[in-house]
Amino acid sequence: MISQDHCQSIIEAALAHGKGKAEGIEVHVHGSDVATSRFANNGMTQNQSPSAVNVSVRAIVDGKQARLSSDKLDFNAIQELVDNAIKAASLLDKDPKLLPILSKNGLPPLTNVNRFDDLTAHLTPDDRAHTIRLMIDVAKEGRLSAAGIYTSGSTVSALGNSEGLFRFHKQTHSECSVTMSALNSTGWAKAENPNKRQTDSLSMAKSAAQKAVASANPKEVDPGHYTVILEPSAVLDLLAFLWYDFSATSHLDKQSCFLDKVGQKLLGENITVHDDVYHPLQNGAPYDGEGMPRKKVTLVDKGVIKNLVYGRRAAKAMNAEPTGHGLAEPNTEGEYPLNIVIEGGNTSLEEMIASTDRGILLTRVWYVREVDPTKKIVTGMTRDGTFLVEDGKIKHGVKNFRFNESLIEMLNRVQALGPAVRTAGEEGFPAVVPPMKVAYFNFDSVTKF
Amino acid sequence: MEKIALQAIDIATGMGASYADARVIESDWQHLETKNRAVGAVNIGSSQGIGIRALCNGGWGFASTQDLTAKGIEEAARHAVATAKASAICLDKPIVLAAEPAHIADWASPCVKDPFAISLEDKLAVLLKAAEIICAVKGVTLAQGSMNFLCDKKYFASSEGARINQTFHRAACGIVSNATGNNDRQRRSYPSSFGGQWQLAGWELIEHWDLPAHAQQIAEESVVLLTAPACPKDVKDVILGSSQLALQIHESCGHPTELDRALGQEINFAGASFLTPDKLNKLQYGSSIVNLVADATAPGGLGSFGFDDEGVQSQKVYLVKDGLFTGYLSSRDTASLIGLNRSGGMMRSESWNRTPIIRMTNINLEPGNAGSLEDLISDTKDGILMETNKSWSIDQLRYNFQFSTEIGWEIKNGKRGQMLKNPSYGGITPEFWNSCDAICGPDEYILWGVPSCGKGQPMQTMWTGHGAAPARFRNTKVGMAHST
Repeated sequence: MISQDHCQSIIEAALAHGKGKAEGIEVHVHGSDVATSRFANNGMTQNQSPSAVNVSVRAIVDGKQARLSSDKLDFNAIQELVDNAIKAASLLDKDPKLLPILSKNGLPPLTNVNRFDDLTAHLTPDDRAHTIRLMIDVAKEGRLSAAGIYTSGSTVSALGNSEGLFRFHKQTHSECSVTMSALNSTGWAKAENPNKRQTDSLSMAKSAAQKAVASANPKEVDPGHYTVILEPSAVLDLLAFLWYDFSATSHLDKQSCFLDKVGQKLLGENITVHDDVYHPLQNGAPYDGEGMPRKKVTLVDKGVIKNLVYGRRAAKAMNAEPTGHGLAEPNTEGEYPLNIVIEGGNTSLEEMIASTDRGILLTRVWYVREVDPTKKIVTGMTRDGTFLVEDGKIKHGVKNFRFNESLIEMLNRVQALGPAVRTAGEEGFPAVVPPMKVAYFNFDSVTKF
Repeated sequence: MEKIALQAIDIATGMGASYADARVIESDWQHLETKNRAVGAVNIGSSQGIGIRALCNGGWGFASTQDLTAKGIEEAARHAVATAKASAICLDKPIVLAAEPAHIADWASPCVKDPFAISLEDKLAVLLKAAEIICAVKGVTLAQGSMNFLCDKKYFASSEGARINQTFHRAACGIVSNATGNNDRQRRSYPSSFGGQWQLAGWELIEHWDLPAHAQQIAEESVVLLTAPACPKDVKDVILGSSQLALQIHESCGHPTELDRALGQEINFAGASFLTPDKLNKLQYGSSIVNLVADATAPGGLGSFGFDDEGVQSQKVYLVKDGLFTGYLSSRDTASLIGLNRSGGMMRSESWNRTPIIRMTNINLEPGNAGSLEDLISDTKDGILMETNKSWSIDQLRYNFQFSTEIGWEIKNGKRGQMLKNPSYGGITPEFWNSCDAICGPDEYILWGVPSCGKGQPMQTMWTGHGAAPARFRNTKVGMAHST
């Protein structure tokens, strides 16, 4: 993986070459050395060890900006990249809302986060294969078929600009997901952490296997409104469609479902959400795409839409302070809360099941898409472990449902929350979310399995 | 490029690989966006690197690098072999590759006007002209526009002797008008949603679709939709416009005919398929007028190429013939698993930095004999015409789907009636395609580009194409998406 010194030398070379030729230069270096071993049908199918480093240069010339990127790292190529970025910017129309490059002066000091683990960074293909072997053994023991991935490696990002700012962040990445298949049922588990010791692949394989067995011979249950118990992955992948609506730019563009409603109580009293990169279960860099330190922001406080996140550009337009959530310029989206933490409660998943007369337990949701941006209705399917709960007990697996549900209405019907845990899904970024028990969840139709 | 690729192959085979291939790729791209009357983003980039695949002891390994020095190539090739050998630790069955001639060839996609020779000012002027027209319409709250231009030069070589040079030019353009008001938000896109139209083409694509000429219409429609009646919740005959049908084909035919899915290899993420091998040549997937073909040879199709990323020549393969499920999208290793003697040539990767996987090429619904769209409307007593995708979702076996479109029109007694907002429809894939009773003719056929097909772990996006003429589907559930 590219070192901090190497990143710094690339950035310094670019800044030196651009000095005096532009109003401002910003350089990003991103490196990724993350390997993924894939398995299916109880055997390895793909085994990939890609590696890449990318450098990009943003040039501001006479109130205009452009970003050029390349993966050529030699000094001649970097100088050419700077020249071309300056040339491209000079061809554009003036951007009256463009802000100067962020200066290091006056910024609060960064709070350090350590998200790098040497062991995770240096796992070998053999290490991953042996881990997968153990998961496949679980499948074979239960006469199941295992499929999934085991991923390990590290990423690096560095940022420097002509106003003296320099940022560097490196982190490791350990991810495992596993699907266990029986004749007519499946079970699934997934985890993503900066440290491989937190990714207990064997327990995940056993959990997925247990779900596949428990949901065998699923029965068809009529669609309609049900009390649902959402495991954390289901919560994560549903609510992922809500977070951009807290972006200040989505309000400037009149695209947010919370437009003109900041300060109003729109969600249930038991819903409190933060964006907090410093949370011990979170991941990522403590600065944004321009190098601004990230702040912890309370987005929802006891159901009240409390705050938005702001990049510099949106903050200026809305007379607010930037919160350190800006995306790298130039972009049209503005900013994004990437480090969601939903406050949990004290009700365990078992207690939620025990207190349910009739309901549906969801392991995860799939192919969730927005249907109505104003009411925030999303559609999607249940998947890989959907169960009928009756009289406080899991009765049997059921055929999967399609849902059409308003996230705003849903968050007014949360009856119980469990402890928040670091959770990975397939629709949104990993986040810290609790399981939820929700009343009157709308299932529109049933599928064939 | 050849020297680099051959060095990688020599090292891999020298270390014990029974097969190795290498792709050296040089890419250039421009991504331009406008937002309202201003330039939103100009991102320009280039990339070069090599991806090396090795087969050792029956297992695959892949490694890549942008370090194209002899030392960098050697390290990557050694890493590919070490990774392949690790695969053997937990191999179920050794990989067997279906035979393919070792092609030696050059291929280039059509490009009449080199888009990289057109200035940034001229490109942005087209988007800004359209934006000016959209923003001038009262009630519009956000105008968006985008253009993309990409050029890939790809050299493929294999230890079997394949030596293939290919050049791809890709172009795209689109505009969107958004209107927020009346406690609602609506949008209209042209020529299609999610980035507009994409093709293997040059600047001529931008000229053909003429964004400013259509800006006024989408702007007005986006505003009118705010006060239009909503699509009713009902069962109706539905006519799908060409671009919406393209996505329907993508989700309910393209993905389930991927052989890796059908064999369970993608079940952990993208999912499996209801089109399992026992149904091949037996299942009546659609009505007898439904003919779906995977055609990587279609001129200008976003999913076209000369050779796939394991050196298999582009082909035209029937997936559904006269309604019968007859074929798969396959690769050399999956073809051999079900006894096919040749891959269909569908292996592609999004860059030098990813291993190839089975991807859609151009999955096209062949035109029918229902004439023009207006002819089809005239032939429909009680239905809804739906156009331009807004939302899409389907289960992991590709049975239960639900789509929403940006706009709809009521059809009564053969006449196009009032505009409807929030149209949606859903169903079960084989039931839906068996309800298809009319497909418009060749004059209505458009080969759409869908550039963002996601699959694989890590996720890869891919360029795919879908040709379709408007078609009618009887007794379809509509209007369910907004009823919570």
